[in-house]
Amino acid sequence: MTAVVDPAARVTLETGSVDSRRSPFGRFTRSPLVRITVVVIGFLWTLPTAGMLISSFRGPNAIRDSGWWTVLAHPFETGQWTLSNYAEVLTNDGMADAFLNSLIVTIPATVIPITIAAFAAYAFAWLRFPGRSLLFAVVVGLLVVPIQMTLVPLLRLYGDLGLTGNFLGIWLAHTGFGLPLAIYLLYNYISTLPHEIMESAAVDGASPFTTFTRLVLPLSFPALAAFAIFQFLWVWNDLLVALVFLGTGSETAILTARLNELVGTRGEDWHLLTAAAFVSMVVPLLFFLGLQRYFVRGLLSGSVKG
Amino acid sequence: MTTRRETAITRRGPLARGLLTGVGFVVAVGIVWLGVAILLDPGAVTRILVTTYEAIGLTGQAEAIASRGLQEGFVRLITSLFALLVGVGGVWLLYVSGNVLIEACPERVRPRLRPWLFILPAVILLGVYLVFPMVETIRLSLTEDGGFAGNFSFVFTDPAMRIAMRNNALWLLAGTSGSVVIGLAFAGLVDRVKREAFAKTFIFLPLAISAVGASVIWRFVYAWRPEGDEQVGMLNAVWTSLGNDAVPFLQTTPWNNLFLIVIMIWIQTGFAMVVLSAALKGVPTELVEAARIDGASERQLFFRVVIPSIRGSIITVATTIFIAILKVFDIVFVTTGGRFETEVIANRMFSEMFRFRNFGQASALAVVLLVVVIPIMVVNIRNLRRQGVGA
Repeated sequence: MTAVVDPAARVTLETGSVDSRRSPFGRFTRSPLVRITVVVIGFLWTLPTAGMLISSFRGPNAIRDSGWWTVLAHPFETGQWTLSNYAEVLTNDGMADAFLNSLIVTIPATVIPITIAAFAAYAFAWLRFPGRSLLFAVVVGLLVVPIQMTLVPLLRLYGDLGLTGNFLGIWLAHTGFGLPLAIYLLYNYISTLPHEIMESAAVDGASPFTTFTRLVLPLSFPALAAFAIFQFLWVWNDLLVALVFLGTGSETAILTARLNELVGTRGEDWHLLTAAAFVSMVVPLLFFLGLQRYFVRGLLSGSVKG
Repeated sequence: MTTRRETAITRRGPLARGLLTGVGFVVAVGIVWLGVAILLDPGAVTRILVTTYEAIGLTGQAEAIASRGLQEGFVRLITSLFALLVGVGGVWLLYVSGNVLIEACPERVRPRLRPWLFILPAVILLGVYLVFPMVETIRLSLTEDGGFAGNFSFVFTDPAMRIAMRNNALWLLAGTSGSVVIGLAFAGLVDRVKREAFAKTFIFLPLAISAVGASVIWRFVYAWRPEGDEQVGMLNAVWTSLGNDAVPFLQTTPWNNLFLIVIMIWIQTGFAMVVLSAALKGVPTELVEAARIDGASERQLFFRVVIPSIRGSIITVATTIFIAILKVFDIVFVTTGGRFETEVIANRMFSEMFRFRNFGQASALAVVLLVVVIPIMVVNIRNLRRQGVGA
């Protein structure tokens, strides 16, 4: 739950992707050396993930007896590839159940905060009420509060209410933690919508509720999408909140919690660990590759959680 | 599109509209109520099905289900379906019903009530999940376990905590500077090659991966086998092929801290690169050309012209990564669990809270994290005031 308010960031959501432009600095100086350096760094950065992906398709004996890079010498020997690692982690090690749990946790924990934050951001931007600027300052102050500050009291509260290990409980927790950033981001966008639209809607007799659902929400799509991607990835990839609010029981464990457990119980069974890790990563990776543009936009508008 | 739908709705009579809203409202309340019941009680699916079957006269089926129970997969599927319905539909129901209530009020008070319909759910959640726990954590750090003196002397004098503090300082220093410097360097380089976006994707990708996943990936890179076995960990394979003995990287103090920090740098560099790359493109062309005409070398150009003009972005990126690293938990928790002198504050906080139930000490550790971010909080609010937001 981290965002640093960058005074220059407010415009970026509208300008969107800046990738197509070139910097004035780089326009003239290109050399083979630069190209080679870029390729080497890109290669180094990808190598660990590639090793994991390749290993996840190799049998247990192969992984124990030779490094994963040795397959690069003979990649077309079909006998060395297997899907049995995946079959095993999905069934015996409960990754399929965990996958379902991750979906159950993540979808509402993304939709609920966006909805609540959009309503609040609209009110902060376009409605007048006492305490407005003070409340908004509080929201911005809460942007950088470490999540650790909230865990002990909430753990106790949930224990008393019997909400631990319950999906409803973790949705609300993720909603609470994600709200400051969501409100701040959506406010930045919604407050820049043109005055004339709001005024003409009011003249036509639309209530604020109608204006919000019919006008503001559709117009804010880029900002909503940017935040949705972040919140989705953050919740999907989170371990801390899941451990505290869902516990470690296999009924409710999500992918990250299950994967962590596997590291404990099967620490050296790399054929299973690599497959399980990839199962936990496949959704974020697809999300990321498919929606990279929004992802970049979100980053540039200061929406970073961690 | 919108206008056509609007006219269609207004054309319907007010009575029909009221009836429709009413029926929809009742159905929605029913679904949400049912969903919450199912969520709070795992046995609810079975019981609801039994009652439904009995009600429509299928007593045989009802008895069968009641005695044998449902298949687990089926129950999970129904539960998740309701979970999604409740989670997504429940919130909208809240606002719609609030709106219906307000519209029923006399016209005079409506404008004064409306903003609160929009703002109240957010305020309540922020209060329950952030403001109240913060105050409570501070109170606990002062009163529980050893009280103020005991808890904070534990934080600053306990030998294990001293190591954690040292490690956190190392993480913040090496992790933040590593991510920013590599991110900036790569942003500067990638700007000058063809297929820039493609090259960036590779650096950027780890950002989508969970810290748990990244930890598994890197545990594999650092994997160590006893002498005589084949080294399947990439780093040890390279290391031994150079004629050295295999090293258990994650257990070798104090260097193991650096190996863990590498994982964080691997994740965060993509973020630094994207933001700084955008900033580089914003440097005015005239400025760079003028410096070139004045005979500045590429080096000078970068350090004297480009870096000063993107200073703001560098600070933003560094601060953001700093906060993320301050709270580092998952990487240590998954790879070493804080053993081999790799403990950090957030991991210790988790153990004190979750394992040992020393709530006072755990709270004191959390307060330390908060104190470090307070200056950033102040700057954030001041920036906000300068923008004139919310004024």
